[in-house]
Amino acid sequence: MSATAPMVPAPAMSDAVFALALALLLLAPMAIAGVALINAGLGRSRSAAQAMLGNLALVAVSAIVFAFVGASFTGSLGTTEVILHAAGKGWSVLGLGPFLLHRLGASSPQAQLAVLFEFLAVAMLVQLPWGSGADRWRLAAGCASAVVLAAIVFPLAAHWIWAGGWLAALGANFSAGAGFIDAGGAATVHVIGGLSALAMVWIAGPRRGKFPKEGLSTAMPGHNAIYVLFGCLLALVGWLAWNLAGAIVWIHAPLAALPGTAINTLLTASGALAATFSVTRFRFGKPDASLCANGWLAGLVASSASAAFASPVGSLFIGAVAGVFTPLLVEVLELALSVDDPTGAITVHGAAGLWGLIAAGFFAPQAGQLLAQLIGIAALLGFIFPLIYLLFAVLNRFIPFRVDPDGERMGMDLHEIGGGAYPEFVIHRDESYR
Amino acid sequence: MKYAGLFVMPAGFFLTLAALALFPDPGRRLAFVLCGLAVEAMGLGVAIRGHMLPRGTSHP
Repeated sequence: MSATAPMVPAPAMSDAVFALALALLLLAPMAIAGVALINAGLGRSRSAAQAMLGNLALVAVSAIVFAFVGASFTGSLGTTEVILHAAGKGWSVLGLGPFLLHRLGASSPQAQLAVLFEFLAVAMLVQLPWGSGADRWRLAAGCASAVVLAAIVFPLAAHWIWAGGWLAALGANFSAGAGFIDAGGAATVHVIGGLSALAMVWIAGPRRGKFPKEGLSTAMPGHNAIYVLFGCLLALVGWLAWNLAGAIVWIHAPLAALPGTAINTLLTASGALAATFSVTRFRFGKPDASLCANGWLAGLVASSASAAFASPVGSLFIGAVAGVFTPLLVEVLELALSVDDPTGAITVHGAAGLWGLIAAGFFAPQAGQLLAQLIGIAALLGFIFPLIYLLFAVLNRFIPFRVDPDGERMGMDLHEIGGGAYPEFVIHRDESYR
Repeated sequence: MKYAGLFVMPAGFFLTLAALALFPDPGRRLAFVLCGLAVEAMGLGVAIRGHMLPRGTSHP
């Protein structure tokens, strides 16, 4: 049933397009910086330094692990792949490239760009569950989760979706549109990041005092709205670069399509912000800053899947839908389902990413694209999510995710790194301990 | 209960794979894929219910 076969080489790319894509990818880390600021700002002040150090450490760990192991399993550097044969078709399930980026310099320019894109994607991915684990997730356990995501989960999904795997081949093998399309990483980064956040939150549990025996859940607002909102602006720069580079690298979009993709990205985020602003203004009497930030980010996430295909009006609609359901789902998760997700990553990245993928199915010009998108979503929910949960549960046995009660009471900064983010400020007693 | 839902979710995924292998007709294929997604949604619902903690507790 299992066999290896040579991979199809990537199509040639002109020097000018290569230079543009490379320049865009060098701007893409702005999105990573933005998400790091959002993660730190939505946590508590006594855990801010640990949160920021964690963002940095997880990016570093993911890059090292991806270089050693992950990049070979994505198969973007070519050589061979593992193919299963069923129903008269070949199903490519795993890449088998050289370890340690051995043939990177000898690969085609497009393959090198693909690998660079994957490095940035995995760096963004590992940050998403880290934000949801704010104020309780140990640094060592966060780094261990980055190892698992960069070595196993991301390479598997990236091969299926980007590097000629069975989801990318749905169009050629089963006439399902152009195969599963995810130009900006809505599935490989954001849906997987949101699902990792859900698995992490379930395994580690809520922050102490979040859900008291009586009454509503305790409000634990982020400590710095400026970090959060500035992070959103920074993320816009990175997202524009990310979506344009993805359109060039993964769907080979012509240069003439790029301004429209950038405008769609901005419109999706703007539609989402306007919708969240209106919903929170209507529900609470005043717009909520952190939920508006969530809405803006949800719009950007949805644009990752749809910006290359949707019309400008369609992009506004996609963003508006994301902006309406984001504050509502954040509230449902916290109040009805007892899910303590400080950054809202499950909604902002998981749910908005899924919505973007579905919307791409509606707006893409190819017939049968919706079917391909739904099959990809089924693979993410039905295979990748249980795999993440299983890996995290095993990891938790060896490296406990949750800090001990004293550490949580003291704050992650003092407990884990021995110093606070704001040594000259008085940190107030936590009123949530009842 | 906690893990049952997570075991059900792959069943939905295999339904979608079966749809690809069994039905050449796009309409039937889409219907079967939607059924697979519905099974996954049910599994997710059970997993969510199983992971809800009693009020006042912080550790799963």
